[in-house]
Amino acid sequence: MTEAAAVAAESLAGSKARAARTVLGQVVLPGEELLLPEQEDVVRRCGDRLLVTKCGRLRHKEPSGGSSGSGGGGVYWVDSQQKRYVPVKGDHVIGIVTAKSGDIFKVDVGGSEPASLSYLAFEGATKRNRPNVQVGDLIYGQFVVANKDMEPEMVCIDSCGRANGMGVIGQDGLLFKVTLGLIRKLLAPNCEILQELGKLYPLEIVFGMNGRIWVKAKTIQQTLILANVLEACEHMTADQRKQIFSRLAES
Amino acid sequence: MEGTTQTDAKIRTEYGTDSSSRGPGCSLRHFACEQNLLSRPDGSASFLQGVAEKSRERLIRNTCEAVVLGALHPRTSITIVLQVISDAGSLLACCLNAACMALVDAGVPMQALFCGVTCALDTDGTLMLDPTAKQEKEARAVLTFALDSVEQKLLMSTTKGLFSDAELQQCLAAAQAASQHVFRFYRESLQRRYSKS
Repeated sequence: MTEAAAVAAESLAGSKARAARTVLGQVVLPGEELLLPEQEDVVRRCGDRLLVTKCGRLRHKEPSGGSSGSGGGGVYWVDSQQKRYVPVKGDHVIGIVTAKSGDIFKVDVGGSEPASLSYLAFEGATKRNRPNVQVGDLIYGQFVVANKDMEPEMVCIDSCGRANGMGVIGQDGLLFKVTLGLIRKLLAPNCEILQELGKLYPLEIVFGMNGRIWVKAKTIQQTLILANVLEACEHMTADQRKQIFSRLAES
Repeated sequence: MEGTTQTDAKIRTEYGTDSSSRGPGCSLRHFACEQNLLSRPDGSASFLQGVAEKSRERLIRNTCEAVVLGALHPRTSITIVLQVISDAGSLLACCLNAACMALVDAGVPMQALFCGVTCALDTDGTLMLDPTAKQEKEARAVLTFALDSVEQKLLMSTTKGLFSDAELQQCLAAAQAASQHVFRFYRESLQRRYSKS
């Protein structure tokens, strides 16, 4: 009896809005409403309630710069596991050139539409000096326009006109797909996996926020080993990973 | 059953242009077939038999459209593919639950979760939730509801058979209570998934 009552109370409480602070780090489901605290000055607040639209863990980042009293605004977001990429402005992605039409390349970035890339958006490119890009090439670039209403546009230069690592990715190597959550984990500062990988073999690696990784090592076998290890990292615990790395280092 | 034949006839006229009318001597329902649907496997085909399948597709689609935030993905089509591995009764409710979990797994933004619950009323008026195929066949009426997770509001209902207004309300109340169990199961299984990472 008491168990049934407790369960009923829990399900009723779930339908009412909860304070966002109390739910941090827990899994939230679509349809839940969260209340924002009154004191905090949060940017982009719609009324005083947040509606969760995706399933995942609720995270919060405190506003940086404590010296300014009013605060720049903290951020709440939901950390979800997803395979499908949605273009976001400023994201660095790996794309595959699918078509050349006039002055624009069409690049497949894994979203619902191919992104457009102008031939002038490369370092040192002019009307006379066109970049050497063929259909099927891999491009590492960032989005300058990416919203739901317009076709996404990407460029391979930063705001100062320098390439900064972007552009056509070289010959050989292997491109494979992983989930977006794994990419974010690998790109977090001081990622252990990357440090261990670096000690294993010398390698070149490019991470795209659209879930694509390009990796190149000295031999094809080493490249394949690295690709398999990265794909498996998703499901392994830290101990299993250390075991695999030590076994590979020995052989 | 008077009610059943009328509904079936209505569906037939609605899709009248597509389906071939049942001439005398022909007892098979309307067929439709599509081949090479999926790009990955070497071959794939879908076979539709009868207009019941089209009606079920329409019900699932309408439920999803009510809940998915389509405004965030303009000029995009979201395709849900449901494969029936085994049918042990309450098929439509099971399809709705599978569709909801698939949409959550894909990360499609939704304003709420939804679930499907089936009720069957047998000849004595006893209410059975989540009936088996045998119970569905012997029931006087079978009602399927789709409910949302925020306030257990009714998103979709489809009924077959004879029942009174009071019985309908009774079935709806029972379905709303049962949907709490389904949503708790969703929450537990999603928490288990995120605890692994």
